[in-house]
Amino acid sequence: MAIESDVVVVGGGLAGATAALSAARGGAHVHLISANESTLRQASGLIDALGYPVADADRGAEGGGAGADAAAGPLADPFAGVDDLPADHPYRLVGADALRKGLGLFDDAVGDLYRGGHTDRNALVATTSGRAKPTARYPRSMAPGLVSDERSTLLVGFEAATDFDAPLAAERLSAAGVPFDVDGVTVAFPGEYRADAAVTRLAHALERDEDAGGDRTTRQRLADRVRPHLDDDERVGFPAILGDSHVEEVRADLSERLGVEVFEVPTGPPSLPGIRLSDRLFEALDDAGVSMTTGTPVVDFETEEDGAGDDRIDRVFIDRNGARIPYAAEQFVLATGGLVGKGLGSDRERATEAVFGCHVPQPDDRMEWSEGGAFADHAFARFGVRIDGRGRPLDADRAPEFGNLTAAGGVVGGADVAREKSASGVSLATGLVAGRTAAEEV
Amino acid sequence: MDLRPGADSCYKCTSCDTSCPVAEVDDSFPGPKFQGPEQWRLKRKEDTEIDDSITGCSNCMRCDGACPSDVPLSQMHNTARGEYVDNQMTKLSREYLRNRILANYGTLAGIGSKVPRLTNAIMGNSLVQKLNERVLGITAERDFPEFADQTFRSWWKQRGGPNVESDEKRIAYFHGDYANYNTVEVAKALVRVYEAFGYEILVPDQRCSGTPMFANGMLDDARRSAAVNVESLGDAIEQGYDVVASCTSCSMALRQEYPELFDFEGTETVAANTYDALEYLLINENVIDPLSEVDAADHDIPDFAYHAPCHSRNQGLDRQAVELFRHLDGVDVADVGDSCSGISGTYGWKEEKYEYSMEIGEEMFEHMEHAAGETGMTECPTCSMQMEHGTGYEIDHPLQVLEAALVDTDVEI
Ligand SMILES: Cc1cc2nc3c(=O)[nH]c(=O)nc-3n(C[C@H](O)[C@H](O)[C@H](O)COP(=O)(O)OP(=O)(O)OC[C@H]3O[C@@H](n4cnc5c(N)ncnc54)[C@H](O)[C@@H]3O)c2cc1C
Ligand code: SF4
Ligand code: SF4
Repeated sequence: MAIESDVVVVGGGLAGATAALSAARGGAHVHLISANESTLRQASGLIDALGYPVADADRGAEGGGAGADAAAGPLADPFAGVDDLPADHPYRLVGADALRKGLGLFDDAVGDLYRGGHTDRNALVATTSGRAKPTARYPRSMAPGLVSDERSTLLVGFEAATDFDAPLAAERLSAAGVPFDVDGVTVAFPGEYRADAAVTRLAHALERDEDAGGDRTTRQRLADRVRPHLDDDERVGFPAILGDSHVEEVRADLSERLGVEVFEVPTGPPSLPGIRLSDRLFEALDDAGVSMTTGTPVVDFETEEDGAGDDRIDRVFIDRNGARIPYAAEQFVLATGGLVGKGLGSDRERATEAVFGCHVPQPDDRMEWSEGGAFADHAFARFGVRIDGRGRPLDADRAPEFGNLTAAGGVVGGADVAREKSASGVSLATGLVAGRTAAEEV
Repeated sequence: MDLRPGADSCYKCTSCDTSCPVAEVDDSFPGPKFQGPEQWRLKRKEDTEIDDSITGCSNCMRCDGACPSDVPLSQMHNTARGEYVDNQMTKLSREYLRNRILANYGTLAGIGSKVPRLTNAIMGNSLVQKLNERVLGITAERDFPEFADQTFRSWWKQRGGPNVESDEKRIAYFHGDYANYNTVEVAKALVRVYEAFGYEILVPDQRCSGTPMFANGMLDDARRSAAVNVESLGDAIEQGYDVVASCTSCSMALRQEYPELFDFEGTETVAANTYDALEYLLINENVIDPLSEVDAADHDIPDFAYHAPCHSRNQGLDRQAVELFRHLDGVDVADVGDSCSGISGTYGWKEEKYEYSMEIGEEMFEHMEHAAGETGMTECPTCSMQMEHGTGYEIDHPLQVLEAALVDTDVEI
């Protein structure tokens, strides 16, 4: 026997979640299997579609100045950049329409938590390092902080949460020529916490508005500490730790106390916006009737021959502390991520796809994998399986590897997501297609 | 055991810290990243003592599941705690005595359950509870779990053992102490459900799984228990039985902690052939179709507020009950969220941890109150205590719900 469903999705990051939702909407019963908690819990929460046109990638990644014109800096419209991408880029393979629909699926799933769906154009969001980052969707809590907005700004960092140096970020933003005045200040987080307190602990204190001593609550104290620095500032940005799940409540309260609008600045991991997004997508999956198993890697699979002499995947096996548990399905989706997500492995010889051993095109000589320089065109950044227009991974002869496998997200090659700023968009576009194809065939 | 390679694969992402329920409420607790990889790196320099904050860890093992880099966090905590208790804790201290008593619940229960009514009366006495708190540091806020009039093993013996014989479908039931002495109805539900599906059941010799012993650093006690269990369950496996447990901390111990901490012959075989009771049924039987034919209203099955125990989450089993009972008509099974219940076995029984335990549990209590109905459901006996303590609800085990829906009803299995 085995645990049975119509579609098994392997991998619980953004690509896996999107593929699962897409297949469930196509009417399939889906089982999502993930080796670890969602990687979204680490992610900034920004959903990038295409930030830099490939030809300008080097300049873009270094400079990234706000308000720069489209040719030199970030892309104003990610859809407009698709045709300039290399022919084997996933966007070219599945089409700009898949990106649009993938973003649509995302908007639908996250609802009021996100902004940006009203336009095709990229927004510029200020980051903790003082850059302006082009992105397609951003959490609602970050909306008042957009760089295109001309209101004067105060950035507030905390002594405890050290990865946001607010004065430095303000200085960099000014230097990049943002169209508003911006200052930064560092204050002590109200209440007594250990120096290495987890950011979730601080977020929790803000959400519950805990007692911060002297008959004042955390938020009251925080507002007291920020107020003297306010001058004529019209908005205030904090690192994104304003509450666990009730960020809007915390933001509204602080805005009222300070008399100006308060927003969040996306931080590095661990990231509250990432955690909120992951929770919201989990709810959407649950509502769609998707079954989920987390904490258990897929370690093996079995095939059977279909009538026509092609291999089909019959079942995959998860490892649960040494026990091998079979999951059978009609269709399978591979969404295990790239080198970081462990979907791709590499030894000294070759890069390989870790679960099904799908073909990963690569130069024969390892020396050709990368060219010098951090932002140079690393061949390995584009590593991954190659898919056709329906999301089927292809073998060396460009025929589908298996009759019933599709692939999505970081495991798919052809995109340099770090340079292009396209990581989430690639997951959404390919996830949508991979899930749709799977559902069509059950 | 050399855990340093594990410590080296930590890239300080702090996922573990953000997932730790204790660090979230106890500001004196430095969190799993310190307890695990950092402490192990420090230990490279000789003579470094284990930091006594290790006793603050409740052994919920959530950090394990959160680490993207597979750092063996709970193994590090268990090992460090064992070393701490062995080398740095005074064996005459009140804390040691109290922890030893809590960790060896089964031994006490064995004595108490010989005269269940008397024991229940004494332990339920508020004076005794106050005394326990003052002398031993066991909180007086909680009511001691009542002993059943008859233990499961005695019931099983009286019944004459299995009612079903089978050469193919055979399970060895690891009931653990709690289902034997206290929640006997859970153990009986397992027997009835599995027999309805045609399984021959063996109830092998067994001791406590060791979970409360690991959590209190009593590794010698745990080793003695584990030796008995591995041998007895190993024999059963040889005879064609798969091991099935109804408590998710028991299955966790057999599957993960034993291989991480001990190397008796057969430890790995036991781990690879042990399953949670619901998990095993879902892999091997079609439970969904018969369940879909049942209308809950015909069997007085209420709506449930379901809490997934941390140790089931760790095995990737946190969704199975909610997803299964979607197929049972007329019942709403609401998942009360992914927070820890806060009791973590013996943690919430300690006088100095009681408040933290309730603070951790608050999110779960709130969600339970928002969910439809006034009955809870969980696989873990101590989570069940906490759920009841915080809300006053009655709490069932998923096996009891399956029993009500499928056993002695007119459903074809
Ligand atoms: C720290 C961080 C910051 C980010 N910031 C941004 C950002 O600012 N903007 C943006 O657009 N995107 C960002 N992303 C990227 C985005 O969140 C996704 O990681 C990306 O879209 C790739 O998604 P994926 O699902 O393909 O892969 P991953 O996110 O890598 O997920 C892969 C999943 O597969 C699972 N898996 C792997 N092997 C197995 C197996 N054998 N069996 C079962 N499961 C397996 C893993 O556990 C994991 O859950 C960020 C990601 C991270 C980690
Ligand atoms: S086992 Fe639980 S309490 Fe202990 S450090 Fe890990 S997450 Fe925290
Ligand atoms: S989650 Fe793992 S890698 Fe991250 S800090 Fe904790 S131990 Fe290190």
